[in-house]
Amino acid sequence: MDQPFERVVQQHGATVLRVCRAVLGPADADDAWQETFLAALRAWPDLDPRANVQAWLVTIAHRKAVDVVRRAQRHAVPVAEVPDVVAAPDGRDLDLWAALAGLPHKQRHAVALHHLGGLPYDEVAGVLGGTAAAARRAGADGVAALRRTYGATSPGSTAAPELAAPRTAVPRAAVPRAAVPRAEVPRAARAATTNEGVGA
Amino acid sequence: MSTLAAPIDESDLARLHAGLVARAAAADLVDVAYRTHDGPLGPLLLAATPAGLVRVAFTVQDHDRVLADLSARISPRVLAAPARLDEVARQLDEYFAGRRRTFDVPVDLRLLGGFRRSVVEHLSAIGYGRTASYAEMAQAAGSPRAVRAVGTACALNPVPVVLPCHRVVRSDGSPGQYAGGADAKLALLDLETRVGAAA
Repeated sequence: MDQPFERVVQQHGATVLRVCRAVLGPADADDAWQETFLAALRAWPDLDPRANVQAWLVTIAHRKAVDVVRRAQRHAVPVAEVPDVVAAPDGRDLDLWAALAGLPHKQRHAVALHHLGGLPYDEVAGVLGGTAAAARRAGADGVAALRRTYGATSPGSTAAPELAAPRTAVPRAAVPRAAVPRAEVPRAARAATTNEGVGA
Repeated sequence: MSTLAAPIDESDLARLHAGLVARAAAADLVDVAYRTHDGPLGPLLLAATPAGLVRVAFTVQDHDRVLADLSARISPRVLAAPARLDEVARQLDEYFAGRRRTFDVPVDLRLLGGFRRSVVEHLSAIGYGRTASYAEMAQAAGSPRAVRAVGTACALNPVPVVLPCHRVVRSDGSPGQYAGGADAKLALLDLETRVGAAA
């Protein structure tokens, strides 16, 4: 690539942050975001000019976010009670990132990669393992669950989200931002959703 | 269309960007740092390599195109890293305010080679408030007949204002061409005449 890297940060910074937050929650996403762009900056001159830059970045971001989860797990303190679903009392008031934290591992990651990162399902399957059909199902189940807890639908939209092919960046704000403070999710609850246990 | 709403604050992105720049600089990954800086001639694009100031560009030169050119010719590891250009920005402010006559920043002339580079290197010899003709510059650069080539070299000066190609004028005294436009050249010559006369 011979385009200025700064343009990449401007163009894809928000998408990468969404993916990192979806996997890690807002508090831990910053480090993964910076690690993503630092690694991308290092590799940028050698990237094939025909490469899909957003897909490339989203894949790196997912890997960096998973690294942060693993690092956190190594230092995790086991807790007595782990909520397996984070429920919002009245739908829309729950922060999206907290709602994502309540999803099962595969759904959370499929939603992060496809619905927030714009990665097509065959590439989601390449990252998560399994088939594209399974990834599609996980993404659809995840969004259905988010609809129940978070109300993640754009007003008036009836199209099933899995029919959307978000190859381009996700539009900024289809739903007004929740006015309440972000729901705090215990660190252990986030770790639990990775299906890899909580303790050390 | 996705149905997921995920608003991101611009302020969060700005904070993350600043952290990225710091980490990239610590890892020697910023090959070209740049910022824009406002002044009486409009916003100037300032760009530096680790070796020094590599580019100053006027708005009329199209900052996006200039950055794309730097990216292709030097390295695509280009980041908006304003702090690296703070010193030159400060000296430009002083110059435009009439409080500075020479610039004291390292300059990286890697974008020029051969005769053109030699001409540009001779620009600093023309003192503040003075002018030289294209013919005189050709002589100074060791090729008295290359008057036209001097014009080209001045037009390609990668760091105008800091290296004073605005002080090279036609033999009849008229200002001649300038990368920032004829008005910008006149404004700079006028500034230096006023400040020089007041001193």
